[in-house]
Amino acid sequence: MTDNHTLLDIRGLKLEFGTSDRPLRAVDGVSFTIKEGETVCLVGESGCGKSVTALSIARLVPTPPARYVGGEILLQHRDVLKMSKRDLRNIRGGVVSYIFQEPSSSLNPVFRVGNQIKESLKLHRPDAATADEVIRLLKLVGIPAPESRMRDYPHQLSGGMQQRVMIAMALASHPKLLVADEPTTALDVTIQAQIIELLRDLKQRLGMSMLLITHNLGIVGDIADRVAVMYAGQIVELAPANELLAKPLHPYTQALMNSVPKLGSEAARLTAIPGNVPNLGAFPSGCRFHPRCPKARFDCPERPPELIEVQPGRWVRCYYWDAPLPEPHQALNPNNPALIQARKNQSGPDRPRPAETKPIA
Amino acid sequence: MSLLEVKNLKVHFPVKHGLFSRVHAYVKAVDDVSLTIEPGETLGLVGESGCGKTTLGRAIIRLIEPTSGQVIFNGEDITALRGSDLRQRRRGFQMIFQDPYGSLNPRMTVEQIIGEAIDIHKLAETPAARRARINELLQAVGLNTTHAQRYPHEFSGGQRQRIGIARALAVEPRLIVCDEPVSALDVSVQAQIINLLMDLQQQRGLTYLFIAHDLAVVEHISRRVMVMYLGKVVEIAEAKELVRSPKHPYTEALLSAVPVVDPVSKRKRIVLPGDVPSPINPPPGCNFHPRCPKVMDICKVEMPPLREISPGHWVACHVAQNEAGLKPLSESPATPVVL
Repeated sequence: MTDNHTLLDIRGLKLEFGTSDRPLRAVDGVSFTIKEGETVCLVGESGCGKSVTALSIARLVPTPPARYVGGEILLQHRDVLKMSKRDLRNIRGGVVSYIFQEPSSSLNPVFRVGNQIKESLKLHRPDAATADEVIRLLKLVGIPAPESRMRDYPHQLSGGMQQRVMIAMALASHPKLLVADEPTTALDVTIQAQIIELLRDLKQRLGMSMLLITHNLGIVGDIADRVAVMYAGQIVELAPANELLAKPLHPYTQALMNSVPKLGSEAARLTAIPGNVPNLGAFPSGCRFHPRCPKARFDCPERPPELIEVQPGRWVRCYYWDAPLPEPHQALNPNNPALIQARKNQSGPDRPRPAETKPIA
Repeated sequence: MSLLEVKNLKVHFPVKHGLFSRVHAYVKAVDDVSLTIEPGETLGLVGESGCGKTTLGRAIIRLIEPTSGQVIFNGEDITALRGSDLRQRRRGFQMIFQDPYGSLNPRMTVEQIIGEAIDIHKLAETPAARRARINELLQAVGLNTTHAQRYPHEFSGGQRQRIGIARALAVEPRLIVCDEPVSALDVSVQAQIINLLMDLQQQRGLTYLFIAHDLAVVEHISRRVMVMYLGKVVEIAEAKELVRSPKHPYTEALLSAVPVVDPVSKRKRIVLPGDVPSPINPPPGCNFHPRCPKVMDICKVEMPPLREISPGHWVACHVAQNEAGLKPLSESPATPVVL
């Protein structure tokens, strides 16, 4: 899979928390690549391991408590997990930059924002650590009157402006990869739109790669080239963004898309996913989604499925992705609420949206 | 008769500075808001953070004292009620809070949390009746009766929100103010809670004021939707009508900013410049004019009143009112007041 344009290649990453006699595996065999200039989205609910995966790229997860128990993270063809501290310091900021969910807690409240940006410049581009460069960066991220804004303290800026400062700081070191961990979740809808537009524009102008972590499938359609959907520590579906949104193949992705209300939809009732997100350390056996899955059959709790390429570029972790809903004698539990709901949607008049897959000819 | 009628409600918070805590200015969190809710309907309330939607919800059930205006619940003015009178009336209106982690007392069992409301209003005569009532409520919100002896930390976010709903239902209220009830939950669990709220409404004839910032959720659950900006109502309409043909430029921008899953229906996105201004010192004229893509001269001077431009569709915008053929209320536009 690796070629010269691959910037990041994560192979079978496994990460554990907890004690060695009772390990809690937060990331279990995650593999994906990011090419130069490409934007990949990691989508999943809380506790699915998406943030830990992203933090691992610059080895930012503290060890202990975490342990890397397998896999490799090839950043520009070098394994991050085997790097020395000095090498790590160079890639942090130099190759990978991060922006986080809560800009107000990522900025230092006692320093002016201009100085905080300059600090990043001093470390990575000492020649460019000037006020002019700070102003240029603030202009780049669309902050009005940067000459005076750079002398502000973080609390003097609104949430959207703080996030722009964070982006300016992340870009100061000219990274190859920008990792944005839920960058708009703490922001209002109209400000969220501004930040997404900004990220999309910057990505095009600077030719960066981007890894965007989100739980909002709507953002995926706006910005991503490819999407990886995570559930309980594993990637369950990996596909080009527009193909995945047009026709999700994994039952979890389908259920996730059906459970969000859509503007202007006529559906009287939402298709909820029954049950809860499983806790770390209490992942179900076999396929981890089977207790909530409408397609669960007898063998789902027994055989853990692999992530396989079912069509060019489309990877799915499910044995029955192209099978119809199971008949009562095939189903793991004929009274499965997800199955009953799915049947009703298939026949009912108020079917919210055709997301059922058809076998590919 | 409307179940709830709010007339010209204002909530102004004083801003104090300095040695003697002199009042310098007021934050006009809710500024002259009027609304009605019919029995059994859901009124959605949307707006960005700081627009006053939570303050309005809390002022209606008197968790915050309104500065002026009236709240008429079931034909009775509750703005002046105090003490035991108010406590008695509170049986009629309850609230569900946003944060299912912060709104349940961690030292109380589920039975105590739900039972407290039953005790205060003396709704159960015997301990057996009380237990039966609690079990019935737990089942109504999709929890198990064995959950009654557990503590909040033993539950997931969605389950905790169900406990909060059971607590609100315990006193058989007619109106429930839902303040962002699903925004702290995981996406796959949100739909469960929305479906539960809609089922309970049908079974028990509840009336909701549903506050949220997610327009898609609000549109799904509400019959009518009200949009707030900087403490004022900018638009009210039927939910479908509001989404299909928004009239206020702010509503249009809000709708276009909602990320859409469907890759085929790419709409033109209106990105508003700037941030929501401070409610301490709102801009003159229309609050929205510094960010408005359709701004006219009059907008900078005169605050547009909320007027009905088609049956049931109210807008506070000069542009929309002009387009609808409404004449300005005052023939000569007010001259700007120079301070």
